[in-house]
Amino acid sequence: MNKNMTKKIAWAVGLILLPLILQQFGNAWVRIADLTLLYVMLALGLNIVVGYAGLLDLGYVAFYAVGAFGYALLASPHLTENFPAIAAMFPQGLHISVWWAIPLALLLAACTGVLLGIPVLKLRGDYLAIVTLGFGEIIRIFMNNLDQPINITNGPKGIANVDPVQMFGVNFAKPHTIFGFEIPSVTLYFYLFVVLMLFTVLICYRLQDSRIGRAWMAIREDEIAAKAMGINTRNMKLLAFGMGASFGGVCGVMFGAFQSFVSPESFSLMESIMIVSMVVLGGLGHIPGVILGAILLAALPEVLRYVAGPLQEMTGGRLDAAILRQLLIASAMIVVMLLRPRGLWPSPEHGKSVARKS
Amino acid sequence: MDILLQQIINGLVLGSMYALIALGYTMVYGIIQLINFAHGEVLMFGALISWTCVGYMQANMSYLPGWAMLLISMVIACILAAVLNYWIEKVAYKRLRNSPRLAPLITAIGMSLFLQTVAMMIWKPTYKPYPVLLPVEPHLIGGAVITTMQILILAITAVSLAAMVYLVSYTRLGRAMRATAESPNVAALMGVKPDFVISATFVIGAVLAAIAGVMWAANYGTVFHTMGFLPGLKAFTAAVFGGIGNLPGAVVGGLLLGLIEAIGSGYIGDFTGGVLGSQYTDIFAFIVLIIILTLRPSGLLGERVADRA
Repeated sequence: MNKNMTKKIAWAVGLILLPLILQQFGNAWVRIADLTLLYVMLALGLNIVVGYAGLLDLGYVAFYAVGAFGYALLASPHLTENFPAIAAMFPQGLHISVWWAIPLALLLAACTGVLLGIPVLKLRGDYLAIVTLGFGEIIRIFMNNLDQPINITNGPKGIANVDPVQMFGVNFAKPHTIFGFEIPSVTLYFYLFVVLMLFTVLICYRLQDSRIGRAWMAIREDEIAAKAMGINTRNMKLLAFGMGASFGGVCGVMFGAFQSFVSPESFSLMESIMIVSMVVLGGLGHIPGVILGAILLAALPEVLRYVAGPLQEMTGGRLDAAILRQLLIASAMIVVMLLRPRGLWPSPEHGKSVARKS
Repeated sequence: MDILLQQIINGLVLGSMYALIALGYTMVYGIIQLINFAHGEVLMFGALISWTCVGYMQANMSYLPGWAMLLISMVIACILAAVLNYWIEKVAYKRLRNSPRLAPLITAIGMSLFLQTVAMMIWKPTYKPYPVLLPVEPHLIGGAVITTMQILILAITAVSLAAMVYLVSYTRLGRAMRATAESPNVAALMGVKPDFVISATFVIGAVLAAIAGVMWAANYGTVFHTMGFLPGLKAFTAAVFGGIGNLPGAVVGGLLLGLIEAIGSGYIGDFTGGVLGSQYTDIFAFIVLIIILTLRPSGLLGERVADRA
């Protein structure tokens, strides 16, 4: 057995054991791990757009929202309660299976991504950033206000009672007992998300080394040169938007099923900015870096929530835990970027051949 | 007709505040190509500092008239905001001048979060009423009303813009700024000190933002630690709208955005037969922005920059 294989097995064992260990400290910790995995997937999706194709997208959360709301509408009592016609069509209530929801969300989000991509193709750099930002806000405002005149999204109250994931006859919302071990719902979700994440990582690696990935990077480095080399920059950019968006859509479905509740509040501009920060902080365009960035920015605030308690007592309750947490995150973002402007774990400098030689 | 006139007045007032903030964005962008995400927070600090000053003056120097308090607090806010922005640049951006473009963007976002948190620690995370300092009786102009505060906002904006035009077009510093924006290296060869020019840009931007912040607070009557976000976002939109990096563009973009928002929110219900209400104002602004940028990818007054090899 070679060294590489041993490493892989060690990782697998670690990932399987992690939630079981975290579980001992309470399910809240496993929940944090679950959400972190979701963010890892989101960051990897955005990395396609920002990291590979070099298109700064500040509205990425819109695709996440499209997936989440799409699933929530098709797998909750909301539509049947509000529209008698739909209730008549589905007497048992609307309960779309996850197997359908994922491809649907993928397609829907990809279409939204391409739709956004068409008008902004000509825009560069910061103009692109503000338009995508505006697009994200437009989607959020619509979701926030589409409870009248006809109630589609239930407005700021959000949609509750969204179906949990059901796969292979396993209901992920209920604890299961295997060999005398009780595996709670959050741990089941952890395994599901790990599988999805590994799948995402695999796709990202394959994309990166493919013709498409190289075309994206060529566009990122120099659009005109890329065009001169015969790359269809228009289609490639649209493909980047679509691909990135589809990852967001799938994450949205998972988020909706996991939380069993979606509301526009979860898809604010701040969320988009945080995802961009994960990608850049970790290392633009470098998969391990992006994963690291996502884990740091998603898990750190939650972990700090627990650490901040004792610190708060030390300072005589003057520093609120939430305030302290934000302060640390903000300083971390500034300090890390000042010390490592290319990210915590950047991709090796131009040209892989050079890196491989050593 | 009265409603239209009223909305135009409201739009101009809103737009002139956007214009002041947008100038700060666009000046910084023109010189170091950075979206200064912390700009809105400078505005917030200006507003909160002025709130503290006004509170102090009302308690200890109540013989001062309201307008004097407003002006004194505005001056103090401008000075402190300028110092703050000077240090923001020194701490968060200076070291990253030659690094990948997204790095300073992230420190800017971090800075913005940091300042919000600091403000929360100093002023507590509550909504605070900003005292009414000017007489509230509205003046009638051709069927529309305008408050004294709104007149003051228009006047102060006009004065600030005139000062800016003078500064940028006719002074040594302005020439240095334009030269640095054109080409930092050549400007440096001609004896312009880039560090000084960049610092000056941040200081001027902060003064404009603080003025806008105080007026924003006085006009809407509340101050709170996240108040910088929305004006910052809108002003950035305005700057892009007019063509980022272009000073007249920022003013035109700000005023137009204000007008579009005011008129849009006033009439959107009529346009769509009551289906869409004024809660869609923000959508209106963004949709117009997207359309304009699709037709003119460099903004209204932005130059068509040739692609650099």
